[in-house]
Amino acid sequence: MSTPQSTLDGPVSTGAPGDGEPPAGRARRGGDGSHARNYSRGFFVKLAIIALVDALGVLGVMAAWGQSSYGILASMVALLVAANWVYFSKRALPMKYILPGLAFLLVYQVYVVVYTGFVAFTNYGDGHNSTKEQAIEALLIQNERRVEGSQAYPLTVVEVDGELGFAIVTTDGDVQVGTADSPLTTQDDATVTDGRVSEVPGASVLDRNAVLAQQDAVTTLRVPFSDDPEDGSIRTQDARTGYVYTSTLEYDAQADTMTDTTTGTVYTPNDHGQFEAEDGSTLAVGWRVVVGFENFTTAFGDSRYAGPFVKILIWTFAFAVISVASTFLLGLFLAMVFNDTRLRGRKIYRTLLILPYAIPGFLAALVWAGLLNRSYGFINQVFFNGAAIPWLTDPWLAKVSVIGVNLWLGFPYMFLICTGALQSLPTDVLEAAKIDGAGKLRTWRSVILPLLLVSTAPLLISSFAFNFNNFTLIYMLTKGGPRFADASVPLGHTDILISMVYSVSGIDGTAPKNYGLASALSIVIFVIVATISALAFRRTRSLEEIS
Amino acid sequence: MRRSIPLVAATLGLALTLAACSGSGDEPAADSTTTAAAADGGSLTIWVDETRQDAVAAAAATFEKETGATVELVLKNFGDIRADFLAQVPTGEGPDITVGAHDWLGELTTNGVVAPIELGDKASEFEPVSIEAFTQDGQVYGLPYAVENIALIRNTALAATAPATWDEAVAAGQAAGSKYPILIQTGVEGDPYTYYPLQTSFGAPVFTQNDDGTYNPELALGGENGNAFATWLQAQGAAGVLSTDITYDIAVDAFAKGESPFIIGGPWMIDSFEGLDLAIDPIPAAGSQPAQPFVGVSGFYVSAQSKNALLANDFLVNYMATEDAQLALYEAGNRPPALIAAADSAAADPITDGFRKVGAAAVPMPSIPEMGSVWAFWGVTEANIISGAAEPVAAWEKMVTDIEGALGS
Repeated sequence: MSTPQSTLDGPVSTGAPGDGEPPAGRARRGGDGSHARNYSRGFFVKLAIIALVDALGVLGVMAAWGQSSYGILASMVALLVAANWVYFSKRALPMKYILPGLAFLLVYQVYVVVYTGFVAFTNYGDGHNSTKEQAIEALLIQNERRVEGSQAYPLTVVEVDGELGFAIVTTDGDVQVGTADSPLTTQDDATVTDGRVSEVPGASVLDRNAVLAQQDAVTTLRVPFSDDPEDGSIRTQDARTGYVYTSTLEYDAQADTMTDTTTGTVYTPNDHGQFEAEDGSTLAVGWRVVVGFENFTTAFGDSRYAGPFVKILIWTFAFAVISVASTFLLGLFLAMVFNDTRLRGRKIYRTLLILPYAIPGFLAALVWAGLLNRSYGFINQVFFNGAAIPWLTDPWLAKVSVIGVNLWLGFPYMFLICTGALQSLPTDVLEAAKIDGAGKLRTWRSVILPLLLVSTAPLLISSFAFNFNNFTLIYMLTKGGPRFADASVPLGHTDILISMVYSVSGIDGTAPKNYGLASALSIVIFVIVATISALAFRRTRSLEEIS
Repeated sequence: MRRSIPLVAATLGLALTLAACSGSGDEPAADSTTTAAAADGGSLTIWVDETRQDAVAAAAATFEKETGATVELVLKNFGDIRADFLAQVPTGEGPDITVGAHDWLGELTTNGVVAPIELGDKASEFEPVSIEAFTQDGQVYGLPYAVENIALIRNTALAATAPATWDEAVAAGQAAGSKYPILIQTGVEGDPYTYYPLQTSFGAPVFTQNDDGTYNPELALGGENGNAFATWLQAQGAAGVLSTDITYDIAVDAFAKGESPFIIGGPWMIDSFEGLDLAIDPIPAAGSQPAQPFVGVSGFYVSAQSKNALLANDFLVNYMATEDAQLALYEAGNRPPALIAAADSAAADPITDGFRKVGAAAVPMPSIPEMGSVWAFWGVTEANIISGAAEPVAAWEKMVTDIEGALGS
């Protein structure tokens, strides 16, 4: 042990608050207790914070329990246990750093990706929105019919021998009482107040709170109108008025079939999450089931989509590549120009150039759509002397407009990163080039540009991925239009893949929703973007050798 | 050990996030208290949008006082309600009641998220078209509170009398010497909703209708009548009367500046026309049959998964179906009420009365699920015909085939 080392040790240990022990003591204690068991002031702070985390976690667990969200409950418990273990164990030092990030990764990335992947293999969408139990329930309530011409009965909820029942007043003023098992029978000595039954011998009238406490039981209670099931049953929705209903659909839980009582048709569940009769007709409400690769085959197998899909794929690539190239070149050019120290008022110019970047993309694209209006747009009115140039309605001009607006929106970003990269170029390399006799152009081509690309290439790739999925611009500017004149699907010349997914999946409200198909298509897009990015990153690695 | 403190703090953030996530982002704590409180006075969760919030709150206050129940109003953006309701009801986290529009009905029933409501004798107290709109397969699924439709809005300073036909309107507009003879919002995507009365005047409704006002999933907009309408569109476009450059904003702005005596539009435009002396007239027919606009009905839906169905129905049938509640909603939203008694009081305002009279001859917008497949083709075809980009009859027939293809898939 040398002298310098011990002087270095000293201030560190004495500097730690609450740690008055000499360096030797610290070293000795290292074996049986880590800093995690150092009961100093910091430990109690940690204790308090972990306690708070646990308290919130327990609140979350209780909420999840209340909502019967057992998956969330289990993950909450697992994360809480992990957090407590990590921050009190002496063996989990690296995890202390990683855990928060890891947990966020699991919740916000892995879960989302896995869930999208799962949905891609189901038929989740319109008509297949919920579970089978809920579908059955919905079908049953949708197919109850009030008996035509039947009257509304003032109704009271009663309890007969521990069973719920209804007491109604008929038009003759008679009181009839019944339960689910015993049909309505007339009770002679009941009391009626204000047209409603207030007292029945042998049964207790429930007050409002008692009724509300068992709303489900009351709304699902059916009291047979008479011994004949054909007469239907009394039902209520507000516990004030009863009506006579008959069911046209009956569910047999044992056989798992639905029967239409009017036609006798029997519906059995099929593997697409619907009740199907033998003749192939189905009942409206279905449920969500796993359908395998069906969504993927639909995405590529529907002949109506095949032609437009190819066109859209090509345009998507063209749009992304041209967008990146044009914004980068303009941004780079302006960055070079405004990087010249001889230019006066550079800061003002630079600030002005950033302005398009400061305007939200949504808004800017909408404003541009207005500016480019054929008859009333500022561009045609002012720059083209009122010429009716169809900027957004001609297939080729629309593409030009999309790229032009994206250039306006995108070059400030490239300008910013190029300015940054230019300013961080090592001056010695530039001086060396000068000394070697390289001219302006040569220096730019052989020194500045390669060095610039090293730092900006990853950003160009991310910009490509962003523009590949630049839904906002397309949707706000042209909505994909003008439409393909020869296609039978609502897709257009400026649609890119992501806006195609949007309209195919029906999320925009122009077609029945199909989340399964949308998820499948987004997985396909992800694969395309990921492949291109991976290839591009591999290529840019060769650039790094330059620096 | 000091350096672990920031990490613990980060975990705190994580736990907060997870706690927030645990209810799929929808106030888990509030919902669990809802279920817990149902044992006493009962409680209701209602989704409302901003315009209707105060009016519903007023009715809820009466309800709370009389029944001892608690009502929780959740403010939602109207545009989000439909999708959120569809997504959340199956998870059991949705509201007991939500405001909504009648044309969502097909989608809501197909997905089994909405329960029928029995209005009983009260049904006759509503405007027939409003009940019709919320009826599917013989069951009523919503409590209507407002009826809205478009009409011809006339600037009386520029045109003294109401035109009976489209040609008369155009002639009157030209005689007035204003910039546009008549304004109708179009845009490059078209606007089939606003153009619908002109289409019906040619006898080409979108779907065939049963006697009771409900629709069959059978297209009716094709055929000779449809082609006649398409040809007429092209002629009007060529004559410069109709133009795809006229968007909603441009149309409203031009009318407000007095650049046209007529605009076809709804009550939502009226606020933009302050200072003008307006009259509301029936939409002039372009063809030989009456011009029938679509009626949109706003109402309340009860969730199929509501744990408080009794309270929800009680609230709607016995508290929201009253004249006071409907008038309060009218004052908030400025659309004619659906309850006839309330509509009669609201008709004291000549503008409201005008829209109501036009609405009496209108048809409900189809709420069958098939309607969702129509919009995407319809408007664009109209716009292409008007702009001259497409041959009218061929484009119209292709549109019918395309819609049939979309319905079949």
